Amino acid sequence: MTAINEVVKKKQGYTLHIVQTDKYKTNSLILKMKAPLDQETVTLRGLLPHVMQSSTKTYPSTTELRSYLDELYGANFYTDLGKKGEYHVVSMSVEIANEKFLRDSEPLLQKGIEFLADVLQNPHIENNEFDKKTVEKEKRNQKVRIQAVYDDKMRYANSRLVEEMCKGERFALHVNGISEEVESITAKSLYEYYQNVMNEDQFDLYVIGDVDVAEVENLCDQLLQLNERTPLEVDSSEVEQKERENVVKEKQDVKQGKLNMGYRTHTQYGDDDYFALQVFNGIFGGFSHSKLFINVREKASLAYYAASRLESHKGLLMVMSGIEFEKYDQAVGIINDQLQAMKDGDFTDGEIEQTKAVIRNQLLETIDTSRGLVEVLYHNAVAHEEINLKHWLDEIEKTTKEDIVKAANKVELDTIYFLTGMEG
Amino acid sequence: MKKISFDQLQENLYYEKMSNGLDVYILPKKGFNKTYATFTTKYGSIDNHFVPLNEEGFVKVPDGIAHFLEHKLFEKEDGDVFQQFSRQGASANAFTSFTRTAYLFSSTTNVERNLETLIDFVQDPYFTEKTVEKEKGIIGQEITMYDDNPDWRLYFGVIQNMYKNHPVKIDIAGTIESITPITKDMLYQCYNTFYHPSNMLLFVVGAVDPDQIMNQIRSNQEKKDYEKMPEIKRRFDEEPEAVAEKKQVLKMNVQSPKCLVGLKAPEPHQQGKEMLRQELSMNVFLDMLFGKSSTYYSELYNDGLIDETFHYDYTQENGFGFLTVGGDTEKPDILAEKVQSLLLKAKQESLFTEEGLERTKKKKIGAFLRAINSPEFIANQFTRYAFNEMDLFEVVPTLESLKYDDIQTVASTIISEERFTVCQVVPKS
Repeated sequence: MTAINEVVKKKQGYTLHIVQTDKYKTNSLILKMKAPLDQETVTLRGLLPHVMQSSTKTYPSTTELRSYLDELYGANFYTDLGKKGEYHVVSMSVEIANEKFLRDSEPLLQKGIEFLADVLQNPHIENNEFDKKTVEKEKRNQKVRIQAVYDDKMRYANSRLVEEMCKGERFALHVNGISEEVESITAKSLYEYYQNVMNEDQFDLYVIGDVDVAEVENLCDQLLQLNERTPLEVDSSEVEQKERENVVKEKQDVKQGKLNMGYRTHTQYGDDDYFALQVFNGIFGGFSHSKLFINVREKASLAYYAASRLESHKGLLMVMSGIEFEKYDQAVGIINDQLQAMKDGDFTDGEIEQTKAVIRNQLLETIDTSRGLVEVLYHNAVAHEEINLKHWLDEIEKTTKEDIVKAANKVELDTIYFLTGMEG
Repeated sequence: MKKISFDQLQENLYYEKMSNGLDVYILPKKGFNKTYATFTTKYGSIDNHFVPLNEEGFVKVPDGIAHFLEHKLFEKEDGDVFQQFSRQGASANAFTSFTRTAYLFSSTTNVERNLETLIDFVQDPYFTEKTVEKEKGIIGQEITMYDDNPDWRLYFGVIQNMYKNHPVKIDIAGTIESITPITKDMLYQCYNTFYHPSNMLLFVVGAVDPDQIMNQIRSNQEKKDYEKMPEIKRRFDEEPEAVAEKKQVLKMNVQSPKCLVGLKAPEPHQQGKEMLRQELSMNVFLDMLFGKSSTYYSELYNDGLIDETFHYDYTQENGFGFLTVGGDTEKPDILAEKVQSLLLKAKQESLFTEEGLERTKKKKIGAFLRAINSPEFIANQFTRYAFNEMDLFEVVPTLESLKYDDIQTVASTIISEERFTVCQVVPKS
């Protein structure tokens, strides 16, 4: 197994993480910008990275900016929005060829860092506002993005479950923001928000590849000038458990029903029993050998997919499946039975070992891609923990049946969401 | 065992043809935890009309049977192979495309055991009437899931518009009706015809020792008896050059309209270097015309005709080839019109500069380096290339050698008014 050599350097205004590895033909720069999910800012934040990636002062049009990237051997540049528990995370990534695999050797790493710094620190502004045309164009696209969730029924059902389950909590907010609030954003208000981000967000920059640590540090010191800040933290107090579970059925003109069930696990990343919860999830619905796959799909032939996943930083467990409308009761019954079986300890040592092996495998595979590696490392930056890979693997290995049963017994069904057809 | 070195990329590829005809490739990847292996047969959804092994005449099999067979191969007398893989710490999967069926696993431990499992399960079919019946429920739900997916419907819609006879127009999974009559005997018939080692390719990439792995595969294959196999006879009906339908509008439960323009290539029968050149030329052409750095992309974007879902792709195999361009749009008719007129314009006049071509080639080379970070990409693409007598590692040198004329020639061969078609998905109300 390869160890991860993560060098972590606290810099002014951000943390620099460097992982030197000769696995890749490219170098990756991934900047994570984190702030609390918040009703007030969620729509601005949904828009900001799209405006920032369209142009800069140096490259005032998308055509110029993208041509420059092509020139740099098609450096791949994209921004992305995600949720980590109650936080709203913007990622900006640049993946650029390592010049040692090219005939002519331009200093591509340096140019990549320069480019990212340019996007970040040198936005396309005039008179203290972003370029108006760009903002208007991107506002239009933001509305489309928000609305697009509706067209992908799997994503839609998942997002509706979260909405219903977490009403009133930060986590219910959508990463792309609220459609009705897009129009009120102006080039000026967005620029003001940009300044807040530059002064308040928690910034973590990851540099992964066959790089020289000192050189990267040096380049970053030269190119990134940020202000010191104390990022805002969310007080993630437990929400009240609902009296009884909430069932929401929605009718639409669809052919397949989407059954999504949400649970509170009362366990989060960083908690002692977090690893037991991971193993629990693996046996319950995380993999193709798990109880949901076998009982919903293989035995009852009810679905093509039936799986569960964890929202580690929020302490949620989500089950999803696509079924025929009239199989609702049967499917819910089978899923409930599987959870009960987990709580009763009705699973074998073989299942535990199998699950541990697959989790271990999955984790090692994840860190084979630079993007996956950053996701694994970033868990710690979000939770302010220092759990290294070895600790992760050891803790999974040590997990006993008793631990798993204990974790299972903390899991409580909160909300069932069912998207069903018109005739049902 | 033959060693093929790619100095610039710092990769070594090992190759051997087994005595039963199976092609085996091994690519060791330094520093990776993962080993990824694919075992692929040159048999996909289009191969529905063929002469079965040891028979004389052609038969036509139900739509979706190659995909059905892929599902069923995982089930054995003593249970499900997924289980065995996960007990060995691996994750397994499979997919069926127009021209291939691939079985694969990835794992970071027990590589040799997992490899043995992969080869053995693919080479040991076990079908019963009962398990075949049960699978119809699961695949039925898979088909229904795709029925609700507007992007899939759009993609298949545009292909159906293009082709009148060619089976590429058939949805890979078939329909609930078409899979109903499938029996275990039909599955065996397809299996016996297409799963002979001489019609297959095994690719192993990752943290492996090539000598050891090749030895293992050799001794595994030597234990099994295979009779020499005659060449497989497949039949494809004559396909007109023009598209079957000019336009199709699907009404679905969506909020954003979608539009895809299709362009059917004149029946392509190139293989090898010629095909590689044509494919790369077409990809470079599309990037210059519609890539994010092109002025046309900006125009379409600024006019609100496209958003970030806009995409373009060129697919070519032996016997069919097509181009698709489109995405979500508020104005599907205007977008369709613009895309077609841009393509026609690009055919008639040279819209690009030498400088632009060089930039695009650089972009493609960088993208290739990015792609070969991925064991999955290497194994899957290498196989696809090999089935078309192309070499994945020739991509960079071929790109470097592309000339302005190559691009313009390919564009003018493929673009033609009568070969355009449009498919749209629009909201119901």
